[in-house]
Formats: sequence, C-alpha cells, structure tokens
Amino acid sequence: MNVDRWRLEDLYADYARLLDDGPLEAWPGLFVEQCLYLAIPRDNFDAGLPLATLRCESRGMLADRVKAVQETIMFEPRYLRHHITQIRPTERDDGGLDVTAHYTVVEVLHDELPRILSVGRYLDVVVEDDDGALRFAEKRVVYDSVLVPNTIVYPL
Amino acid sequence: MRQCEDWGTDSITEAPFWVYTDPDVFDREMARIFCGRSWSYVGLEAELPDRGDYLVTRIGNRSVIVTRDQDGEIRGFLNRCAHRGVKLCRHARGNSRMFVCPYHQWSYDARGRLKGVPFIKGVKQLGGMPEDFRREDYDLPELAIARRGGVIFASFAPDMPALEDYLGDTNTAYFDRVFDGRGLRVLGYSRQLIPGNWKLMFENIKDPYHASLLHVFLVTFGLFRADQKSQVRMDESGGHALLISQRGEQKASEDTKDMRNLRVDFTLEDARLLDPVKEFPDDATVVMQTVWPNLIVQQQSNTLALRQIQPRHPGAFELHWTFFGFDDDDEAMTTRRLRQANLMSAAGLVSADDSEVIKLAQDGIAEGDGRSLMLMGGRGTGDETHMVTEVALRAFYKHYRAVMEL
Repeated sequence: MNVDRWRLEDLYADYARLLDDGPLEAWPGLFVEQCLYLAIPRDNFDAGLPLATLRCESRGMLADRVKAVQETIMFEPRYLRHHITQIRPTERDDGGLDVTAHYTVVEVLHDELPRILSVGRYLDVVVEDDDGALRFAEKRVVYDSVLVPNTIVYPL
Repeated sequence: MRQCEDWGTDSITEAPFWVYTDPDVFDREMARIFCGRSWSYVGLEAELPDRGDYLVTRIGNRSVIVTRDQDGEIRGFLNRCAHRGVKLCRHARGNSRMFVCPYHQWSYDARGRLKGVPFIKGVKQLGGMPEDFRREDYDLPELAIARRGGVIFASFAPDMPALEDYLGDTNTAYFDRVFDGRGLRVLGYSRQLIPGNWKLMFENIKDPYHASLLHVFLVTFGLFRADQKSQVRMDESGGHALLISQRGEQKASEDTKDMRNLRVDFTLEDARLLDPVKEFPDDATVVMQTVWPNLIVQQQSNTLALRQIQPRHPGAFELHWTFFGFDDDDEAMTTRRLRQANLMSAAGLVSADDSEVIKLAQDGIAEGDGRSLMLMGGRGTGDETHMVTEVALRAFYKHYRAVMEL
C-alpha cells in the first residue's frame, strides 16, 4: 500500500472529531468489521499482561460500547478533546500499515478546570477496506496515565 | 477532636457528613483502622514467585514493601527510611536482596532491619555517628503476614488473630470458594484515583439496594437484580460482608416496576461480551465480599478481581484492581475473563456508574451540614435473604464506631 500521509492524517482527524464532537455512533465505522480495540495501562503492556480496561473484538462490540455510553452508563457530563501527533506509518508485509502515534485526551467537567484524562500512544494497524476507505484493523491504546483520574467513559 | 457524642445519636442508621471529610477523623482512621488491629490485603503470592521479588503497595496511606526473602518467606515492612523519611523503593515491583535508600544509602534487609549506615565511624576520624548510636534502634516497623489461598495480608499489629478467625466461618468459606488452592494467574491491573472518601467505596459494595437501580447493565442483563435469590451475610464484628446472588433473565416482572432502568429491549450487537459459564460448585453467580479494612473480592460471572482501597486523604482514594484467573484456565476461559473485564475496571460498563456516583456523593457531602441515611431494610445488623436492604452498611458502622471509639 502506498502511504498517502494526507489520507492517514484524515483518518486520525476523523477519529478525534467523532469521539469529541460526534456523532459517536459513526465512530465504529472507522474500524473494519473484524477489528481489535484495546485500551491497555502501560504497566500491563510492558509486563506482557493481557488485561485491557476496554476490549472490543469487533465493530459490533465497539457499537455496544457506544450504546452503553449513550444509554446505560451514569456519568457526569463532560467534553473531551483528543490531540493526536507524531503519526508515523510503516508498511507491513501484508499490505497494511503499522502506525504509531502519540495522543493526549483533555477532559472538561462542567464545574472543573480542564485536566488530562489520558496520555499515551496508539499502536495501530491500518488497512484499505473493500470499499477503498482506510480503516483501523487494530488499535492498541497504551496509556501512560495508569492512575486514571476517576473514570474512563468514552473510548480513548 | 471529634467525640462519640458528636455523632449526635447512638444509631448506626445515620452517619454525619464529617466522617467523610474531617482530616482528624482521617488521621484516626489511619492509626486505629489501617495501622491498628486489622489484616490488610497487600498482594498475591503469584506476584512474588522468586526469592528477592518485591512489590510496593499501601496499607491505608502508608507505603509498604512486601517481599519474598532468601528463605522463601513472605516479609513486609514500612517503605520509609529511618534516617530522613525518604521512600526506599521507588519501583512498583522488582527483585532485590537489600533495600538501599537513594539519599544516604542506608540499607535494609528483607525484614526492614537496618544493616548499613555509610560513614558510621566517620572518615579519617572525623564525623560519623555519636558513640551512643545503636543501629538496631532504627529497624523499620515489620509487618505481620498472613497467607491464605495465595493471597497475602499484612498488619502493623504484631499479635493479630489467625486470618480465618478474623474473617469468621462464613466469610472464610466464601473466601476459600474463590481461593481454593489452585495457582492464581494475574491477568493485569487497573488503577483509578476516585475523588471521594474511601468509606464510600466500601459502602457501595455493601449496598445491594443501589445495584438494582443505578446499574442498567446489571439490571438489564439480569446479572444482579432485586427480584433474584440473594443473601447479605456478615461476620460477627460487622466489618466483613458478603453479597451473594444468582443470575436471572432479561425480563420484566411484578418486582421490576420500580426499576426505571430495566431495558428489556436492550440487546448487544456482539453477545460474546456476556457469555458466562458456571465455574463454582454452588449456584451463586455473583459474590461480592468486603474484607475489613481494605479489600473487595469480586466474583461477577467469570470476572475475578481483588480491589484494594488505598485512602489518600479524606476526599480521595486509589482503587487498585488486580484481575486474575487460575493456572488451569484454558484459553477460552482466559478470553472470557478478559472480555467480561469490560464490565469492571476504571472504564467498566458497570463500575463506571460507581466511581461517578461516589464523586457526586462526595460533592454533596463536602457541603458539610448533613447526614447520610442507612435505614433501608430496618435498623438491624443481622443477615438478610434479600437485596432491599442497607444492613451491611449498618453493620460496617457498628464495627467502625467501636474501632474508632467515635
């Protein structure tokens, strides 16, 4: 796959936009049907421990998470803002891309000053899907901020 | 200093808001509860497989080192140099025979005994410690250790009763139900800093009344609901408790009309998220155990975790989750546990409700002039066979007030 850096930038911009500004239910559409999404505390990742605090093994599970955020989880209203930088693709033998990126998610609660909810890196596999669109086949969110300020509600 | 009469009543059906906010109460909790006569959970033997392995954790707000010494024994001591109070160990885990303070390199063995003080005799007859300095006066406080089923408990009190006597028969039996002697496999950790008083976390897990109302996920999928066969059981002291229940179906009944959060139409697109299998001999599908003063043992379907409460100050505590399975789990079971962990963690579909509501509770309590009410199910502290009760909170405060003399 020829790496078109602008298309890749657009994928990450869409990722941040859909999580932060919505519509959230469109966010799973950035992943292929049989995808893997994991949010892993960095100490688990470094120690080779498999536990992820969010684990979705299909686009359906991503949609279930979205539906839970929208309809079942009780939480204080909040704004999130993803900042994704240092996006670096490397070509894979199977035609896809390994992509690493750094991220910061700033969280704003109604009565509080902005704070960093999560900081870390993305370890992704991006592929060209059947319809020609770039999508995530795998996304591992490895977060350095292992002591979470209260709760992770929205995906990172 | 707060006195018993300040509580305003001899009752355990109410707690004044200052027990969640007063710094003096917090200091007394650290001294009497966490550093007093209690067994605190500190880790798993599976985390210390080799001689010299150590981990750093907290009992209350005190940092402690737990290690397997060169004879294979589990030891523990205060992680704080006797010289200037510096944290000896700055890694969460590792392997070491000695523990050396980074500041002036005082060194301690696996029992916290002071073994080395650089320049103790001075240099070229200059300096050094006074003649009357005795190294053995500066050993660090050693912890008493108890082990059961691969789980390690520690105490600052040297003369604690045996763990099974501390837990009582019923709580020991349910503890052994999970920790039945099989080797434990740590799957990973999750940590969160919850902006609320530590007791709110304990109260939350002792409170089955909220579970049928707050937790849409539990209610909707029948994982824990007021119309299911349930028990609340305590030990004699009231400090420990068990919430035991059996999974039901996703359907409405006469008893669900007060559960405005029951969503009979809610379905999962990928049902693999909830695919529980029976793995314990009895019929209970969820057992939530609270062990005074710092441990929650979680068995919800196939997700098993130890949640350790580490108070930081009156308005915040760390919740440290250790997820585990067993050495004899097959790959399908490990995957099932990892999937069901979606319900429970710093990002849990169920537990998120709790960390969020604890924050909202502390926000209200911090306004200062009120009382927390625990009257559901009457005024008693005995075992119950239903969920519509705050009995385990009352039992907790019975024990709390006795220990705190408050």
